[in-house]
Amino acid sequence: MKDTFLQEALTIATTKFIGLRREAFAGFPEGEALRDQARAIKEATLQELDRHLETLIANVERLGGHVHYAATPAEARSIIVDIARRTGTRMAVKSKSMATEEIHLNEALEAAGITPVETDLGEYIIQLAHERPSHIIAPAIHKTKGQVAELFTRELKRPAEPDPEALTRIARGELREKFLQADLGITGANFAVADTGTIVLVTNEGNGRMVTSLPRVHVAVMGVEKVVPSLTDLMVFLAILAKSATGQKLSVYTSLVQGPRRAGELEGPEEFHLVLLDGGRIAQIGGPLREALSCLRCGACLNVCPVYRQIGGHAYGYTYPGPIGILLTAMMEGTPAVKDLAHASSLCGACADACPVRIDIPRMLIDLRREVGDRKIAPWSERVAFTLLSRLLRHPRLYRLAARAGRLLQRPFAGSGRVSRLPRFFGEWTRTRDLPPVASRTFQERWASDKDLRA
Amino acid sequence: MTDRRASLMVTCLGDLFFPEVGVSIVRVLRKLGVTVDVPADQTCCGLPLFNSGYHTEAAAVARRTVSLFKDSEHVVVPSGSCAWMVKHEYPGLLAEAGLAREAEQLAARTHELSQFLVRVLGVTEFTSAVPGRVTYHDSCHLLRGLHESQSPRTLLGKLRGAELVPLPGADECCGFGGSFAVRLPEVSSQILAKKLANVEATGADCLVACDAGCLMQMGGGLTRKKSRVRALHLAELLDGSR
Repeated sequence: MKDTFLQEALTIATTKFIGLRREAFAGFPEGEALRDQARAIKEATLQELDRHLETLIANVERLGGHVHYAATPAEARSIIVDIARRTGTRMAVKSKSMATEEIHLNEALEAAGITPVETDLGEYIIQLAHERPSHIIAPAIHKTKGQVAELFTRELKRPAEPDPEALTRIARGELREKFLQADLGITGANFAVADTGTIVLVTNEGNGRMVTSLPRVHVAVMGVEKVVPSLTDLMVFLAILAKSATGQKLSVYTSLVQGPRRAGELEGPEEFHLVLLDGGRIAQIGGPLREALSCLRCGACLNVCPVYRQIGGHAYGYTYPGPIGILLTAMMEGTPAVKDLAHASSLCGACADACPVRIDIPRMLIDLRREVGDRKIAPWSERVAFTLLSRLLRHPRLYRLAARAGRLLQRPFAGSGRVSRLPRFFGEWTRTRDLPPVASRTFQERWASDKDLRA
Repeated sequence: MTDRRASLMVTCLGDLFFPEVGVSIVRVLRKLGVTVDVPADQTCCGLPLFNSGYHTEAAAVARRTVSLFKDSEHVVVPSGSCAWMVKHEYPGLLAEAGLAREAEQLAARTHELSQFLVRVLGVTEFTSAVPGRVTYHDSCHLLRGLHESQSPRTLLGKLRGAELVPLPGADECCGFGGSFAVRLPEVSSQILAKKLANVEATGADCLVACDAGCLMQMGGGLTRKKSRVRALHLAELLDGSR
C-alpha cells in the first residue's frame, strides 16, 4: 500500500480503463438494453443449469471431445495432471485463465515435473516475477514498464528497454519456441455454448489461438456457470464484454473452438478435454451469492473501485481481487475467509454501476457482513459496540445522554473548535482528519428551546 | 407560494455535529412558505447498523422512525445516504414485522433536500449565503442510490452570487463509507487525499455536498491540511439571508 510505484501504475491504468469503458458505451446506445438482456440470459441459464450442462457435455462428446467434472480445485488439478502425464507432456503452454489460477494449476504441474508456460504477455510477466495476477484481465497492472524491463533483463539475461513494443517483441521471441515445443495447451473459457459444444475464448494477443491449435492436446478449464445456451445468446455477451473490460468494441481475437481436429482438417489438437469446475459455485445457485454467478470476469468493477485502486489486487490475498473478488472468495473459500474483506468497501456502489450484468455487489457485501455478525465470526468487541449503538439509537434518552457525555469527554481535545487528536479507536479517524466536535447545542436542543427557530 | 408541510429528519450527524445545517433547512423551507415541524425524539435512520450487517438492530431503529414520521406530509432529509436508507431499505427491513406498507408509504413521502426543492417544490433560484466559486461532490448514495446528479447542480448553477465549477472525479467516493473510515483508515485517507487534490485544483472557495458523512470526511481533511476551501452543506449556501 505504501508502494508509490504500485499506486502510480494503478491510478494510470484504471483511469485509462474507466475512460475507455465510458466512451465505448457512450457510442453504443443499445448497450443498456443489452446489459439487461445479458443478465436475463444468465438468470435463465442458472434456472436450468443442469440441463444446459448436459447439452454442452453431449455436444462436446459428439464432436470427439472429453468432458470431466471437478467438484473441487484439487480434483481439477489431478484431472489435468493425469491428462498431461498420460499424453507424455513435458511442457504446457497456457493462455490467460483465472480458472487455472483459482485451482493453482501451475504449482501442481510443476510438482508433477511439467513446465507450464504462460503466453499472455501480462501472465508471462507475472510468471517470470513469481507473482500472481493482481487484476482479472490485466494481471501485471501493478507493474510499470520500467519494472518489466528490469525483470526481463534479470530473468531472460538480455538487456531490455522500458518500451512496451520492445518488451513485447522480446516476449514474443521467447514464446514462439515454446508454442512449437509444447505438448499440451491449456486455456480457460469465457463462454461455452451448449447447443453447439463450442468453447469461446476472448483474447487480444492471438496467443489463445496458438495454444488451442499447435499442441497435440488442448485442455479447457471453466467454471460451470460459464455455459450459455446458444450462439444467439453468445452474441449478446460479446457485444458488452470487451466494452466493459478494455473499452474495445470487440476484442482482437474471438476464438470459437469445437472439439479436436477432425478428419481432413489441417490443424488443431488430436485430443480435446473440457474440465467443468464446481468449486463452490453449484451451492450458490440457491444461495445468497447467486448473483455473483453472472460475473463475466471483465474487471470493470475493479477499475472503478476506490479501494482496489488504492491497494491493488495482491492486498486482497486471494485469486480474485476487487469487489467481485470478495464475493467469489466467499463462494470458494467460505464466509469466514472474508470476515475482514467484506468490510474492504466503502459501499460506494461504483462497482454495481459499472458491472455489465448489473450485479448488486454492495448488497451482497452487506449480506456477508450480516452473516459474519450472525455467525459470531466478527470480533466480540465489535458486536458489543454495535449492540450498544443500537440500544442508544432506540432510546432517545440514552441518545441525548450520549451527546452530553460526548461533549464532556471531548473537552480536552476540542479546544480549537475542531477535534484533531483522539485516543484509542477514535484516533483512527483523527490521525489524518479533524472531527467536528459534538455541537454545544444539538439541533434538537435548539429546536426545543429557540422560539425563533420554531416560529 | 405554497401551503405545504414538511417534517425535518435531521439525522444523527446533522443533529450532533452540524446543527447549523438543520437551522438553514428550516429557514430555507420557511421562506418558501413551507410549514416545518421536527418530530421529537429523533435519533438515527439506522444506516450504520444496516451497512455493518446488524439488520435486526437496524430494523428496530427503522420501526421507530416510521412511527415518528407517520403523520408527516413530506419528510425532508439533509443526507442522501439516510434518504436512501428510508426509501430503499426500510420496506424490506420491516417486511418481517408486517410493516412493509407503512415503510413504503414513508419511503414515498421522504425526499433528500435538493430533490425536495427541485422535484417537489419546483424551486431552483436562491441567493448564496457564501458568495464565490463553488464546486460539487456527488455523494455515492445520492448519485448511485437515488440516481440524482442534477438537482444539486441545478440549484448551485442558478445560485445568485456563486459560480459553479466542475469537480474532476466528482462521482468518485470520498472514502467515508461509515465504519469503513475507521476500519481501513489508511485506505480511507488515501482516497480522501485524491479527492481533496481534485477539489483544490478547481480553485473553488467552497466544496458543497448533500451528505453529512461526506462533509465530515472531506471537511475534516480540508481543515487538517489547513486548506482555504470550506466544506459546506448545500443548505448552508441556499440560506442566503443570513
